Amino acid sequence: MAEVMQDYATSEATNEGAADQTATKTMNMIEAINSAMDVMMDRDPDVVIMGEDVGYFGGVFRCTAGLQAKHGKTRVFDTPISECGIVGVAVGMGAYGLRPVPEIQFADYIYPGIDQLISEAARLRYRSAGEFIAPITVRSPFGGGIFGGQTHSQSPESLFTHVSGLKTVIPSTPYDAKGLLISAIEDNDPVIFFEPKRIYNGPFTGYYDRPVEPWSKHAASKVPTGHYRIPLGKANIVRAGEALTILAYGTMVHVAQAVVEANGVDAEVIDLRTLLPLDIETIEASVKKTGRCLIVHEATRTSGFGAELSALVQERCFYHLEAPVERVTGFDTPYPHSLEWAYFPGPIRIGRAIAKIMKD
Amino acid sequence: MVKTPAAKPERKPPAKSVSAVLPEEGSNHPRPRDPQRHEATQDELLHFYKEMLLIRRFEERAGQLYGLGLIGGFCHLYIGQEAVAVGLQSALTPGRDSVITGYRDHGHMLAYGIDPKVIMAELTGRGAGISRGKGGSMHMFSTEHKFYGGHGIVGAQVPLGAGLAFGHKYTEDGGVCMAYFGDGAANQGQVYESFNMAALWKLPIIFVIENNGYAMGTKVSRSSAETEFYRRGDSFRIPGMQVNGMDVLEVRGAAEAALEYVRGGNGPLLMELKTYRYRGHSMSDPAKYRSREEVQNMKDTSDPIEAAKAELLKMGVTEETLKSIDKDIRKTVSEAADFAETSPEPDPSDLYTDVLVEQY
Ligand SMILES: Cc1ncc(C[n+]2csc(CCOP(=O)(O)OP(=O)(O)O)c2C)c(N)n1
Ligand SMILES: [Mg+2]
Repeated sequence: MAEVMQDYATSEATNEGAADQTATKTMNMIEAINSAMDVMMDRDPDVVIMGEDVGYFGGVFRCTAGLQAKHGKTRVFDTPISECGIVGVAVGMGAYGLRPVPEIQFADYIYPGIDQLISEAARLRYRSAGEFIAPITVRSPFGGGIFGGQTHSQSPESLFTHVSGLKTVIPSTPYDAKGLLISAIEDNDPVIFFEPKRIYNGPFTGYYDRPVEPWSKHAASKVPTGHYRIPLGKANIVRAGEALTILAYGTMVHVAQAVVEANGVDAEVIDLRTLLPLDIETIEASVKKTGRCLIVHEATRTSGFGAELSALVQERCFYHLEAPVERVTGFDTPYPHSLEWAYFPGPIRIGRAIAKIMKD
Repeated sequence: MVKTPAAKPERKPPAKSVSAVLPEEGSNHPRPRDPQRHEATQDELLHFYKEMLLIRRFEERAGQLYGLGLIGGFCHLYIGQEAVAVGLQSALTPGRDSVITGYRDHGHMLAYGIDPKVIMAELTGRGAGISRGKGGSMHMFSTEHKFYGGHGIVGAQVPLGAGLAFGHKYTEDGGVCMAYFGDGAANQGQVYESFNMAALWKLPIIFVIENNGYAMGTKVSRSSAETEFYRRGDSFRIPGMQVNGMDVLEVRGAAEAALEYVRGGNGPLLMELKTYRYRGHSMSDPAKYRSREEVQNMKDTSDPIEAAKAELLKMGVTEETLKSIDKDIRKTVSEAADFAETSPEPDPSDLYTDVLVEQY
């Protein structure tokens, strides 16, 4: 079984990008994620979807809406509120050859399942010398900007990138979300797929007092209706530039871009798309070109993924750097209930960091 | 101003081991006596009525403030369930017994006589809120009242409750912990770890399952293999009691029997309170999972406040008295709302306090 699955991702014609996809539809990120699961369920009878309120109700963010009606209750089903059980059962299903896509309703609720993710999902392949694998994709909305307070706003990605044996993926557009989720589901390793919930319905720029643009105004909302992949481990240069490199993912890609547009600085903005495997080549080439690097994430600063990025950039680009690597991140505190916009690493703090790097 | 716990009283470790083991194998485990509906005096019932009405009016107002955008994020109303918190809490000894609950916590706070102003101000995220705006609706505490929160993670408060009960036993203060959780929370694994430890160590705790029929959009029958929740402690030899949670006097009567049992050193007890929430799970719940008729029928036939009112009228309390009570309560709630709207947000520097004792 394991061997069969080893070949899974390469067994069919790879359709990287949407080159020969004719039919597209305007989708927001929720619809794109829904479409990825729908397409995968059509293609692979082993794909099953499980989680709290995902079936009958269609998910609290509607990401699984309609899937139970279409694919049946055996393949799209509700679970009790038992995150440890959800993840553990999915790992067992995966080891037996299924391809489960469990949803954890909010990333903040993933912690009861973390033992199963770290001790089982991430380690099964290694300790069975490749005999058993856990090809699960744990989807979970993450991040702030929705007044969720400490239990609905966290960005725990670096807990997972710290664990060998897991992949961590974070999309920033509907187009990417669908292509990356398909790759994640087809991937033969466990993937944590964090969905930036603040941008489910539109690309939030961090200017919280301005109306939010819907995705339909954004080019990346043209999403092929069929199957396509965006490979894991390939970053996306969303804006080319010469003056400095900005590394971001999820919501912060849009915030960074908006600040760059507003400031008129010629920054190269890189959307990492997958934190692990990391596309270090793209990062390295860019920083060597610009000589300056700013890292932006919502997660808390200390031991955040930015620390890893900063270390890598320093190791690989030290002699090209013209200024210290800067980080704009969440503060090292729990996510507060009030003062969200003081907490959120928004345009003002990013603008200040850019000014500082450019002065050095 | 940093909240510091009260000075630690001098004490010696308990003479008897706290982790005293179960009775001999096979011995008959004691059972609580059959609960009797509480025979309330007119004054007593009037008091319960006022408390329930305060909760209802408070929650209605909170719903309005939410609609106006003054409360952000997540807010779970207690409307319909008032008799549970009021009936149970009224049987506890203030200052001795402890209480812990989940995120649907406004009612429990009010039933404890905590000032509605500081509760409402917490909902609006103001510095004068009981958690100084950092916790929000789901995270409120009052050490003064031995009210230990207010917890947003479903089920997480249950082991904490067992720990509080351990504390009662260790300090020999004669207190009992009342740990509330929902029918959905009853499916979390950590609940059963807590049951086992509480029974093993004979901890003075009452596990209270507020069975309102739904966990978000999931009906009990779709998530639970055993829907008679009072039986969930069976395999730990924890006796269970099923109580009509829509009748404040039945709740109060059951609480007395339960407390008698637990205070008698018999270890934990499980109470299932059959109740119903009228409103959506939180403020953004489309409520498509149940019919309007179902909700209306509960309101018409089982409302705890209407039932108490009818009983009061029968006892000879006049309509006028009840009207003036309602007026007073509306005034209290309006004052709380005004306070919550006009008091200032916390200072941004407050974001950094209370992460650890010292600031880094
Ligand atoms: C660990 C965890 N998983 C999921 C959630 C999301 N969630 C919040 S409330 C809730 C339903 C809980 O239902 P129940 O225990 O019956 O309590 P009720 O809301 O009915 O009072 C869910 C799934 C959460 N807060 N924490
Ligand atoms: Mg419930």
